[in-house]
Amino acid sequence: MPGTPETDSLRTLPGDDIRQVMWRFTDKFTHQMLVQSSRGVARGLVARLVAGGVRETHEWTPEKASLLQAFDEAGITALYLDPDMGGFIDGPKNFAMSLVAFELSWVDAGAATCSMAGHLGLAPIHEKGTPEQRAFYLARTCPPQPGEDRQTWRGAFCLTEPIPYVGVETGLLNGKVSIKEWPEGGEPLLQVEKRGRFITNMGFANFVTAAVDSADDRIKGSCMVILEETDPGLFDRGPATRKLVHQLSSTRDPVFSLTVPASRIIGGYTVKDGVIIPAFDHSGVIEAVFRRTRVTVGLMTSAKLLSAIEPVLRYQRTRFRGGESVTPGTARYELGLQQREDALHRLIDIWATGEASASLGFATARLFDDLDPIERRKDAILAERGIRGDRAAMKALAAVGQQAIPSIKAGTPIDDELARFVVLDAVASVLCPAVKLWNTGQGATMMREAVSLMGGYGITEDCPGFLGYKWTDAQLEATYEGPEAVQRRQLSVTMTNEVFLAQFEQWIREMRGIGARKPGTGACTLASAMTLWLWTLHHLQKATDADGAKLYKSSRQGVTFPLADALCWLLAARFQILDVLELEARAAESAEFHETAHGFTRFFTDLCHVQSAHAAGEVGRITAELVYGYNRHPSWDDVCAAGCCTAQEVDDLDTLIPGYAATARSYADVIEADGSHAPKAGPCVRLPGLQTFQSLRSRMDGCITGTRLAKDRAAEALTKVMIPEAPDYPA
Amino acid sequence: MEFHIVVCAGLVPDPLQTLEPVMGPAGPGLKNEALLPSVIDPWAAHALFEAAHLARARPGSKVWLVSLAPKAKLQQVLMVVAQKVPFDLVAVDGPANGFTDASACAAALADAIAAIPGLDRQKLLVFGGWESASRAAGTTLQMVGERLGITEQFQGVDAVTVGADGAFEVLERIEGGRHQVATCSGAPAVCGWATGSLHEPPNSPQVGMMNMRTLMPALQKARAASVPLAGAFGAAAVPSARRDTRVVKDMSPDAIAQEIVEWIRQ
Ligand SMILES: Cc1cc2nc3c(=O)[nH]c(=O)nc-3n(C[C@H](O)[C@H](O)[C@H](O)COP(=O)(O)OP(=O)(O)OC[C@H]3O[C@@H](n4cnc5c(N)ncnc54)[C@H](O)[C@@H]3O)c2cc1C
Repeated sequence: MPGTPETDSLRTLPGDDIRQVMWRFTDKFTHQMLVQSSRGVARGLVARLVAGGVRETHEWTPEKASLLQAFDEAGITALYLDPDMGGFIDGPKNFAMSLVAFELSWVDAGAATCSMAGHLGLAPIHEKGTPEQRAFYLARTCPPQPGEDRQTWRGAFCLTEPIPYVGVETGLLNGKVSIKEWPEGGEPLLQVEKRGRFITNMGFANFVTAAVDSADDRIKGSCMVILEETDPGLFDRGPATRKLVHQLSSTRDPVFSLTVPASRIIGGYTVKDGVIIPAFDHSGVIEAVFRRTRVTVGLMTSAKLLSAIEPVLRYQRTRFRGGESVTPGTARYELGLQQREDALHRLIDIWATGEASASLGFATARLFDDLDPIERRKDAILAERGIRGDRAAMKALAAVGQQAIPSIKAGTPIDDELARFVVLDAVASVLCPAVKLWNTGQGATMMREAVSLMGGYGITEDCPGFLGYKWTDAQLEATYEGPEAVQRRQLSVTMTNEVFLAQFEQWIREMRGIGARKPGTGACTLASAMTLWLWTLHHLQKATDADGAKLYKSSRQGVTFPLADALCWLLAARFQILDVLELEARAAESAEFHETAHGFTRFFTDLCHVQSAHAAGEVGRITAELVYGYNRHPSWDDVCAAGCCTAQEVDDLDTLIPGYAATARSYADVIEADGSHAPKAGPCVRLPGLQTFQSLRSRMDGCITGTRLAKDRAAEALTKVMIPEAPDYPA
Repeated sequence: MEFHIVVCAGLVPDPLQTLEPVMGPAGPGLKNEALLPSVIDPWAAHALFEAAHLARARPGSKVWLVSLAPKAKLQQVLMVVAQKVPFDLVAVDGPANGFTDASACAAALADAIAAIPGLDRQKLLVFGGWESASRAAGTTLQMVGERLGITEQFQGVDAVTVGADGAFEVLERIEGGRHQVATCSGAPAVCGWATGSLHEPPNSPQVGMMNMRTLMPALQKARAASVPLAGAFGAAAVPSARRDTRVVKDMSPDAIAQEIVEWIRQ
């Protein structure tokens, strides 16, 4: 064969064939095509716009607007729609949308946001709208088919309001809806007053889905309403937000004061005793929407990390070329900065993070694709079983969950559809905030590393791969659609769900099993870290602080939030390992694919090992802080502290056991007769009941053995990998 | 008059990649060839877009894409090409690189074309690139035509304008940026395209979805062809860059042009 491997590790950067296997879409041709079409837009128009300087203005310019047409042509706009509405993907679209966001963000996440915000504007209608609302708006947002002469409608999603109203706290709604007119026997006319802050797509949206609260006794609670630009009243797009990032999306602070028919209440309404009761309150709609779109946002940051590899490699290799004494063939010419270990190791850290976050994100998107159809059937199944009403449903689902726990722990298949729903739902409720939180937050930190590796170039507009932009853009991904605090808050609740924890226990066993078969993956390290995390959670749920106050409760974010962070590291590393195993399994099935894939399997396995060690390190640090940190350190004033004694006691025992005093002074903390003691903060901590923690932690530390060897191997591979001659998009 | 247009298109490695010739046990190839992404040969791609354009204007016409390429790579490339224009696929599994023997390649293509069910030879237009971006021999299409007994052949084609009777006018590139105009009384004919004049159509997953229904089964059915790698590779070197930098200010455009002309003449 031409091109016989020189080494059995990485030879080129991974191509589509490898990614399709790892991210499980080898048999999904539509998705593969969608990747290509969005890549065409990203590395074509989007890259040209960014390189041409369109990020220099906050305004929505005609050049930026050309994106919308490109999205239409490439199928990105219609992606959200079912085939009967002009779309081309049947069934759930979470994974497809994630792939598109990934491709666009590979070049510019603002462009990805621009496309995603259109879907977000429509999402409340799609998820919760009445059949009429769905038919009307979905049809209009579909780009015209050949022969049709009409404009594509674009939507915006309007929740956030000017301070002091909704932001992280989605309950503090100031937007109001009241009844303007209610003709006898006719449809009520609503008056909507809403001011938005930071609303994406507002520069061109034709309709807005807005969250409002009732300001009228004749409307119950809150709801979301659809506002159109031609509705009577004020539809003021407001000033452009002077954002520092994502300049390829339009963000403005709009003001609406409009009269709309009550049929615009999303999901419809009923009238009871002269009061309009919306079918869904605003948080019900928002929950359904964000639950899906947040995964997409997480994948935007993953794309950036992975997109940084090639530009950094090229920069490192060519760093000294052109210098008089640097001639071809010399190490300085061929390897450049790659002669330096740190440059390689840091790039490995970036790559490993990118892999882990992409694996976590895509796995979650696929999980939502599995969940969607069952979720839609859930109500019907409940009805079939004669269960009616929200409370009865919750009770029934909880019981189903309890029953399923032994099967979940044993890893046996679950046949009952409702039980499958409960499990998927419990896992999705953890994975979604985990993706949003970890991919964007840790991703932003690692993007900074990537920028650093490019030196001064990194922080200029000319940086190949737009790395500086990608770094700052990542901060917005960590913020919009619910910043980190919101995700941590959600995780701190969902991660304690017994169904999820049963699944987590099974995952620990799964990782141990993988560790036994594939020791180099870091799966065993991860299993030890997962065990430590789980022990800590259980401990903190029961433990109190030094003053007897409960530790694990919603107001104690200092406890719950870091524990949520730690969990995300574990989840990401787990999915990373599973994706590499999938690659290995498929390569084992075909000699031809084995030839392509085996080097990647080796290299990615080493990355898994590196990432597991990082995850274990984080878990060790966080859990130790939480387990010990809320106890008061023993003081020299407290002679009763465990392991502490007075000189008198020691000397008395010495008369019975000769030599005891000397031994005791080296093993215990002794307060001498004159009150003196060893120079430290107090007697060493010997907390009863924490031996298990100590042994779990030290076992985990031991499990990190070998991970640096994996890192050295992976770093070595970076010096050999062949990269393209030229970048495939302008910068 | 409708046409049956068969477009012959190979794959070439993505030109942005590092393409380093090496000698392997089976003959010459590229370093890490199996791992490098491919694209449809750009010359043949022009032919495909022109074929689709012509077929759309002549109802009843049909387009086939015949490709001799490694199946797995062809599948990846189809994810882009299938989104461009509608066509049917005839896939032949075999090597595609700059080192395959042109006559063996032409034989495999001609056999595949001859075996297309329902193909009407009287309506047949064989399209392709006048050369490929990898081998650049400019001979394959001629040999395909000869093997199919088609003697009306045009190379370096930039336009085909069909009249009402099915006769067509062809613009072929000749030296000096000029075209030769020829008239052909009708199919069958061979056209080796230069760039033509059409834009590359944007990717459309909708078009792709339509195509996929027939493309994937056709790909599964691809027969293997044995096409030898020709010749031996000795050495390759990147042309050495020459740089004579001079910083000059306030030079008129005319003077700059004059200097360039003189430099070219040297
Ligand atoms: C460019 C851009 C585009 C946007 N697009 C849209 C859009 O299209 N539609 C839309 O509706 N909104 C949009 N937003 C708004 C975005 O979703 C909000 O900015 C975001 O949710 C945070 O709200 P806030 O800015 O009011 O922050 P705040 O609510 O003030 O929060 C600031 C910080 O306070 C802390 N904090 C707040 N509450 C808590 C808590 N309960 N527990 C712990 N810590 C807490 C956290 O550290 C938090 O990060 C956009 C924002 C930007 C910048």
